[in-house]
Amino acid sequence: MIANPRLRKLPIANHVILTILALSIVLPIAILFFNSIKPRAEIGLNPLGFPNEIRFENYYDAFVKANYADVFLNSFILVAGTLLVCIPLSGLAAFSLAILKSGKKLTATVGLYLLVGLSIPAQLYILPLFILWKFLHLNNSFIGLIIIYSALNAPFAVFLIRSYMVQLPAELFEAARVEGANNFQLFLKIAVPLSWPVFLTSSLVVGLAVWNEFLFAVTFIYDDSIKPISTILFSFSDRYKNDYTLVSASAVMMALPMVILFILFQRNFIVGLTSGSMKS
Amino acid sequence: MKNIYSEKLVSWYFLSPILFIHFFVIALPSILSLALCFTDWNGFGKIQFIGFQNFTELFDDRVFKIAVWHNFIWTIFFLTVPIAIALLGAFILTGVKRFQLVYRFIFFFPYILASVVNCLIWKYLFHPKHGLHTFFEDLGINFFQNSLLTQKETSLLAVGFVDAWHFWGFLVVIYITAMYQVDDTLYEAAEIEGASKWQKFRYVTFPSIRPMFVFSILIIMIWSVPAFDYVYILTGGGPAYSSEVLANYLHFQAFRNMNVGYASAIGALMFIYVFIITGIFGLLRRLEWEF
Repeated sequence: MIANPRLRKLPIANHVILTILALSIVLPIAILFFNSIKPRAEIGLNPLGFPNEIRFENYYDAFVKANYADVFLNSFILVAGTLLVCIPLSGLAAFSLAILKSGKKLTATVGLYLLVGLSIPAQLYILPLFILWKFLHLNNSFIGLIIIYSALNAPFAVFLIRSYMVQLPAELFEAARVEGANNFQLFLKIAVPLSWPVFLTSSLVVGLAVWNEFLFAVTFIYDDSIKPISTILFSFSDRYKNDYTLVSASAVMMALPMVILFILFQRNFIVGLTSGSMKS
Repeated sequence: MKNIYSEKLVSWYFLSPILFIHFFVIALPSILSLALCFTDWNGFGKIQFIGFQNFTELFDDRVFKIAVWHNFIWTIFFLTVPIAIALLGAFILTGVKRFQLVYRFIFFFPYILASVVNCLIWKYLFHPKHGLHTFFEDLGINFFQNSLLTQKETSLLAVGFVDAWHFWGFLVVIYITAMYQVDDTLYEAAEIEGASKWQKFRYVTFPSIRPMFVFSILIIMIWSVPAFDYVYILTGGGPAYSSEVLANYLHFQAFRNMNVGYASAIGALMFIYVFIITGIFGLLRRLEWEF
């Protein structure tokens, strides 16, 4: 019927390759989930398959044993604090670079400064930063880590928000200026309401980065009571390394909030995470 | 004149809060680090200037040399395997209409998971008692008999594999974005000429996405140097330094041994490498070299 049989076969071959690639990602994640709802005794008999008996109490046990109520709160404070500091301040900077007549030279200089900052490996400055923070009594505290996270994510947020704000029509700002609005009002009343999508995107990406962050969390927080979820899960998995059901359940719990956000805001995440890195 | 001045000042008011924070967290400690690498400071006590002694010691340090070599292997691995798979995945995906968004969602998914979670998944799968071995044993394959993470010969690549497993979907997305900007008439022309799939990729797709391809090489070369999480969580650099990398070694020297000067010297070398790589790419772009 179709002249060239290759044309008919190719889509099937394509789907086979894509399915293999997709399974290589789905199966390991599925196994983690299966293990999180298995009774502990079943791990030895049925290590990879779907559970014969479903036991959701693993989640309860892990939640209690790892003291997740407090740990979640710690991570939530870090995320919320970073967003509160980083996003408004980055918005201000982006507004300055995009809307205010700050001159090409200033924009280029600040842009270059942030770019250099982005490409410096964290290992170069983490130790002097640690000593500096110790001196200022900022280490082992939420506020210290929030300041660090805000700085780490600022270049990304500034670039992303700026790239959105430069597209706003200049006439709007001129009209408001004629009406007597000052610069801060221009920012708050015009720029922010018009660029809320990019504020949402950058908040999601920064929130994700903070939630998952490991290196600075493991270095700067050493009291168990204020550790965020990433380092708690790390030590928890070591302490209960013989009980995979508990460890799996706590890993799923760590991933879950971000997975839900990712499903809801898939486009924002993908655009934000990829374009953010491309700006550099 | 005065007006311009105040406009400029206003720009600075808006910029300064975040720049202030950024300066204290990143710029100032970086400068300190570049100064401390010429000292033998141990975090407290007197700071003594020792010139290039840290660097000469580093070049005699067996572990440092191993770590450099491993970072090199790591970079080569990331420049080949994930890029090849991502190019294949992205190229096929652009030709697929059904379920395309589902595939994209799946491929990108591990990128949003925390390194700790990804490591737990694979630590379990590599475990000889209940991981992949239990499945492959029945097929007569004993590749997973011992955890790949605990054997000297395989630990580095096993860690690299886990990191790449979570990373390649990111490459798919940036390649696909570029591939969608390719002019459709080029494909139609190739179709008329009777080009095979490979020829279409080689002569139409690849030249068109070359800027993005070069960009991906750049970020891999830059990101491979400070690679830390996966090594630290999965093996801690072991066994017997077989998966030791620079970032992990620096962390060890800094926070276990409190060798501030020595660790700063490693950091400085990493920074110089990144600086040179970005410099080369920037220069190539400035020379308008055909990417």
